[in-house]
Amino acid sequence: MISSTGLFQGRHGKTVDTPELLQFALAGLKNGSIYALVALGFTIVYASTGVLNFAQGEFVMLGGMLSVWAYSTLGLPLPLAGLLGVLLTGLVGVIFELLAIRPRKDGDPLALIIITVGGSMLLSSLARHLFGPTEKALPRFSEGSVNIFGASLERQSLWIFGIAAVAVVLLTFMYSYTRLGKAMRACAIDRNAARLVGIEPRMMVTLSFGLAAILGGLAGLATTPLTQTAFNVGPSFGVKGFAAAILGGLGNPFAAVLGGLTLGLLESMSVAFISSTYKDAISLIILLLVLFVRPQGLFGGSSRQKV
Amino acid sequence: MSDTVLQVEELHAGYGHVEVLRGVSLRVDRGELVTVIGANGAGKSTLLKSIVGMVSPWEGRVVFGDRDISNISPEKAVRSGVALVPEGRLLFGAMSVEENLELGAYASRRGEGAAAMSRVCELFPVLSERRTQSAATLSGGEQQMLAVGRALMSNPRLLLLDEPSLGLAPRVISEIFAALDVLRASGMTILLVEQDARLALKHADRGYVMRTGRVALEGSSTALLANDDVRLIYLGGWNGPNDARADTELGG
Ligand SMILES: Nc1ncnc2c1ncn2[C@@H]1O[C@H](COP(=O)(O)OP(=O)(O)OP(=O)(O)O)[C@@H](O)[C@H]1O
Ligand SMILES: [Mg+2]
Repeated sequence: MISSTGLFQGRHGKTVDTPELLQFALAGLKNGSIYALVALGFTIVYASTGVLNFAQGEFVMLGGMLSVWAYSTLGLPLPLAGLLGVLLTGLVGVIFELLAIRPRKDGDPLALIIITVGGSMLLSSLARHLFGPTEKALPRFSEGSVNIFGASLERQSLWIFGIAAVAVVLLTFMYSYTRLGKAMRACAIDRNAARLVGIEPRMMVTLSFGLAAILGGLAGLATTPLTQTAFNVGPSFGVKGFAAAILGGLGNPFAAVLGGLTLGLLESMSVAFISSTYKDAISLIILLLVLFVRPQGLFGGSSRQKV
Repeated sequence: MSDTVLQVEELHAGYGHVEVLRGVSLRVDRGELVTVIGANGAGKSTLLKSIVGMVSPWEGRVVFGDRDISNISPEKAVRSGVALVPEGRLLFGAMSVEENLELGAYASRRGEGAAAMSRVCELFPVLSERRTQSAATLSGGEQQMLAVGRALMSNPRLLLLDEPSLGLAPRVISEIFAALDVLRASGMTILLVEQDARLALKHADRGYVMRTGRVALEGSSTALLANDDVRLIYLGGWNGPNDARADTELGG
């Protein structure tokens, strides 16, 4: 693709120079970090229940909306408002599990998936009812932008990278070294064996919803200053996160992160070289391709055992 | 030495509409090693699963110490002091030996894990050598040791074992049973389910013979080893499930 003039030639005659390409790549990674957080939420719930939680996108919406509410309505300082927004989102995740998932005792995956779809609609209409139909904004955590090899990157994007990275590191630490994290892994590997050592699977399921909601909430908080948010943004985040999780392979957290970053990059490269018209179609195309060609995803086994 | 640790009274249980246990009664006293033997499908595993609540009893009682645990859940059973080494071991294969053992102590109080860990590693030194290896990469014998070790990590007052000899080479089986002897000598109360009747009776104080969901015979190990029916059916001399003698001579 590199022509003799140092330009990259897009398919439809668009030419893209190196800083511009970097610009697209950074934008892709920024979106990809958000997708990664959402994909992690899918992976965590899938590991503990075997169910894809289609309400995951609503946690992103709630993270943004609740933070805005804490900032604008409660008048809290931004860091505190963000913290409260994310924690409340986690609480919503826990309550969602207790009210919608746990009562379905047989754990039938199809029934549960339908429940999460219904729950998703319920959460978004609830948000509309509580916060109104208009778009909401948050101030950026830091103003301005930095220059990276000729590409300019908003400081808020750095926050997004940082938040996603810290979340991934903490999550990895939790799964690898803490009693709770090991119990969650054990439960994902073999529910009956976990019960025999005294782990309560239902508790682990509830916690995994809380954790997934916190990750979604973080994504919503981090992205709202750039994109604004509204009661109805959940499903599109859900689709992106879902596509990222499937692209990575639902097996493990690293796969989810790589899936998210890859999806973000592919999207923005398609904008660079093809047209921005197709940006949102990319995740659907990828979703279908992966499901047909490589259902276990790019980076992970298909088994739930690996988490 | 005669206080009762486990008392199972007229236990009925099954799966769906199929009744597997049809009134099983047995007793294990403190410090005893008691075995339950019986053919394939007799209901031995179902019995152990009902004791820890993996299967809910339909009727009858399970009393542990002075507590009725008939409707207990597995996670509560291990907290109250009953640990099961399940059929097929059910290890956390992707996790390390050390993590499997740590999880074995999940139910016990903080700080008790370290002491339990050193006891388990003393009993099965190979486990400390394999500490960082994932459980799935262990040999069959090592996996069985890990399964027993994981159960011991909860400091149980009653250890239930489901066919620890399954699929293992004779040399490995004797290692495992030597460890059971050590445990018994240290005062552990053990209920052992086995298909290998001779092996089990050699190590046990008493035994129960299960047949199609009922206790067909019970007695001291020496008495059972000498019993004609047991010799005929479980210690060789029986020609398979179609052997007419099995049904006529051991009426249940
Ligand atoms: N999960 C289950 N669902 C339905 N039926 C079962 C289940 N587990 C066992 N059974 C049936 O219950 C009966 C008793 O099984 P159980 O496993 O208790 O026998 P067992 O004495 O342990 O046999 P083995 O020596 O083969 O382990 C068998 O007929 C078996 O097919
Ligand atoms: Mg069995």
